[in-house]
Parts: sequence; C-alpha cells; structure tokens
Amino acid sequence: MDSPAVEIIDLVKRYGRTTAIDGLTLSARRGAVTAILGPNGAGKTSTIEICEGFRRADGGSVSVLGLDPSRPELRARVGVMPQAGGVPPAMRCGEWLRLMSRFHAAPLDPAALLERLGMAAHARTPYRRLSGGQQQRVSLAGAVIGRPELVFLDEPTAGLDPQARHACWELVGELRAAGVSVVLTTHHMDEAEKLSDHVVIIDHGTVVAEGTPSSLTGAERQLRFRARPGLALDELLTALPAGSAAKESPSGHYIIEGQVGPELLATVTAWCAAEGVTADDLSIERRTLEDVFLELTGRELR
Amino acid sequence: MTTTTGLDFSPAPGAAPLSRMVAAQAGAEIRAMLRNGEQLLLTMVIPLLLLTGFSLAPLVDVGDGARVDFVAPGVLALAVMSTAFTGQAIATGFERRYGVLKRLGATPLSRGGLMLAKTLAVLAVELVQVVLIAGVAFALGWRPAGSPLLALPLILLGTAAFSGLGLLMAGTLRAEATLAGANLVYLVLLGCGGIVFPLSAFPDSVEPVLGLLPISALAGGLRSVLSGEAGAPLAAAAILALWAAVSLVLASRTFRWE
Repeated sequence: MDSPAVEIIDLVKRYGRTTAIDGLTLSARRGAVTAILGPNGAGKTSTIEICEGFRRADGGSVSVLGLDPSRPELRARVGVMPQAGGVPPAMRCGEWLRLMSRFHAAPLDPAALLERLGMAAHARTPYRRLSGGQQQRVSLAGAVIGRPELVFLDEPTAGLDPQARHACWELVGELRAAGVSVVLTTHHMDEAEKLSDHVVIIDHGTVVAEGTPSSLTGAERQLRFRARPGLALDELLTALPAGSAAKESPSGHYIIEGQVGPELLATVTAWCAAEGVTADDLSIERRTLEDVFLELTGRELR
Repeated sequence: MTTTTGLDFSPAPGAAPLSRMVAAQAGAEIRAMLRNGEQLLLTMVIPLLLLTGFSLAPLVDVGDGARVDFVAPGVLALAVMSTAFTGQAIATGFERRYGVLKRLGATPLSRGGLMLAKTLAVLAVELVQVVLIAGVAFALGWRPAGSPLLALPLILLGTAAFSGLGLLMAGTLRAEATLAGANLVYLVLLGCGGIVFPLSAFPDSVEPVLGLLPISALAGGLRSVLSGEAGAPLAAAAILALWAAVSLVLASRTFRWE
C-alpha cells in the first residue's frame, strides 16, 4: 500500500515522428489530488491514457497503484473519465450508469449519484440529447460509480458552466476527503490552484515545474497596471527599493515585483504622475500559475 | 446541486461476478438492438415483408411444393444474417467510433466478456426473429417436415460465420464505411444468396460459386432440414464452419478497439 497512486519515470511516447511525451517523470501521492496542467498538445491526455492502459509507452516506466497499467485487476480499482465520448449516444444516461454499476461489487446507487450531480431530471434522456456540460457530468459519474481507489479525470470541467464547474470541484473535494486518489488534467490555472495538493506543469511532453500551488506561485505579490506601451522601466527601477523587478508583458501591461506595500505603490504612482502617464487597472495580486507558466515557457497557457 | 446527499465515496473497489457483468451488457445490447429503427427494419420488417410477399404472390418459380415452404427457410437465413452480420457490424463500428469499446475496456468487463455478451444478445434477437417468422410462416401455411432441431446447429454456425464477418468489418473500417458496406453486402446476398430467388435461376457457371457463400449454405441447409430431406446437411455445415473459422480468426487478429 506504500506505492504511490501513480509513478511515472522517464516516460516517452511517439506518434510517428512526433514525440508527444519526452522523458516525463512524475509521482501522484495516494489520497491526494494531483493536477497535470499544461496547454493543449502538451502531452496531458497521452500521459493519462498510458496510465489508464489505453496506450503503450515507447519508453520509461509507469506504475499505477504499484502495478503495470495493463493489469486487468486495475479495471475494478481505477475509475476513468475520458475527455469525450465513451457512452452510446442513444442510451439513456440513467441506463448507462446502471450498466456501469453492474460491473462493480459495491457500487454507488446510480439514481443517487445522478441526483448528486443535478442530473436526476435527465435520467431517461438519451446521452446525445444532453448538453456538453451534462454529458461531462454523466461521464464523471461513470468514473466514480464503482467506488474506485484512484480516478483519472481528463479535462473534467471542459465545457462546463461556472455552476457546474463548482459542483465538479466539490465532488473532487469529497472524493479526496473519502480517501480517493485523484489525477486530473486541466488547462485552467484556477482549477489546478483550487483543487489540487500537487500541481505538475508540463509543456512539450516534459515537466517544467511541480509542487504545491502555493510553492509554485510563491508568497510574493505583484503590482500590475496598464499604460501606454514602451515606458522607460529602467528609470522606474532606480526609484524602487533594491530587489524589485519591473517588466512589460505583454505590451502595455506592466508588472512590478518586490516588497509590494504602500511605499512601493506610492513610488510607482508618483513616477507615473511625473511621466504624465495614467495607470489603469492598478492592482496588487499574488502571482498565479499562469504567470509561472508564462515565465517558464515564454508562452501563454491557452 | 450543492446539497450533499449521503453518498459514500470511500473506496470499495471490486469487480462484479462475470455472469452479472455479461448479463448486464447483453441486456443493454438487446435493448439497443430492439430500440433502433433501422436495425428493426433490417432484422424484422424486411424479412417479414419478403416472407409474406414471396409466399403469397407467384413472383419467382420455386419448383414444386408450396411457395412458403421454399421462402420460409430462406427468410430465416436472412434473419440470421441481418442480426449477426449487418446489425452487429454497424452497431459495433459506431461503438468503436464513439469510444464506447474503449470506455468499456476501462471497466472490469473483459473483452472476452464483452464478446460473450454481444453473442448472447445476437442469439436472443435471433430467437425473437425465429418466433415471429415461424409464426407468420405457419399462418401462411408453412408445414416444416423432418427434424427442426437440426436447424439449430446450422443457425449457430451461421451466427458464428456472420458475426466473424461483421466484426472483421467493424474492427477495421471506418464506421461510415462499415455502415455502407454492411448494407450493401446485405442487399447483394439477399439477391443472390438463395433466399427468395433459387440459385438454379442463375447461370450454371455462377451457381456453384454462389453455393459457397455463407448465406447460400445457411439458406440451403435450412431448406433441406426443414423439408425433411434425408441426412444431415453436412456440406452446408462444413461451408459455414469454414467461414466462421476464417472470419473469426481474421477478426480477432485485425480488430482495432479504437
């Protein structure tokens, strides 16, 4: 029972000449929520599908609950929510969940689970008639109905409205509280920050950073404002306390980092006034995972 | 949506007994087949229309004896083909396309269990077809002679052969190609498989070749056992067994699950 929920070492996956996963190493702790964060095409789905046993690795090693992902006994212990599809379009969603429940020894009650996900009114609706968000919820229900030890959720909130997203987050929180290990992929930073104990940021098939959300974003705060592009930040820096940093990214958006307090704020606004610049949307914020990603890769997450 | 119902998410993993999984999956497959309008057209409506039409009207020369005695066994063979081949190929092709086969692969139901469930579902629908077709045929004056029990091994062999061919198609072609191809094969074999048009109506050079088709073997074999001809239909059984063996081996080697 000491093995991690998922242990991936030096994973390589190629499709033809394209290397989708390039020496990826990560570990997901049991009983924790691990988020794999990255832009589209970073290798998130390939990674998770290798863990689910759907695809074979071309190199490296993967173990799920201490076992090779292809081992049949994992099918009862692991719940899977694919990114899309998987349900016969003509099947009523209540019927599909009942079918899924019949595959397991001690499943949740399908009707109660649908109720919990706000889908009770749609139990008799064919899957193809549901909205995208409703289909996602049915798919999520299918992942947890067998009371698994570990669930893989591939983009669980893609296409959900804010209310449904929060319901999904709440469910993930409940799973965690019940001792279920959760591994999910997302390209929403807020999702990774709010939900997870551990965030793994991947890009081009390899890990660029990992840690708890707060260790990644740091305690530092930053001052942000908008103004006309091309301000002479060098001058501003000389006025700021040592150890401060200033940058323009993207054009017209300014970020000042350092000991962000009343003094720094006063210095910045005074300098702007002297330059005849109006600073718009001035705010003091914590760094986000989006900032971390931008710093590490030079690209936006989405 | 935010009220917490008493759902216990604490892990309690475990697979259900194989029999329960297979029964649940077979039930789902049967309901899907009986609910799908196009499938019902192929498996029930067309065979029953052909049975009544060709039994009542002198459309083809079937030789001596009541027309229904010739047509009923042929339509039974068509029914087997429509469910085991056409229906199964199309349904499985789209299951593959919609990721259903892949998703089921992540459940405790094994691939062997899934195939067993599909086979049971096909046999169950065939039972419904046989009851309906035989009932209508009786009403039309059909009086099968000989040993109807001998029809059973032929139907099972035919089911195996047509399932193998259907799965071979569904597991290798795109879903749209399977849809078109399976319907086309259904039509062609309906026309030249000895179902309602006797093979003797074809030129002498073609007739022996057509006789090797699984549909002709099944139709001919059923006709012979249900009309009380002496002896077991060994040639028909051998042809069907060969088709079954080759198609099932090929299907299992080439089937792509996604």
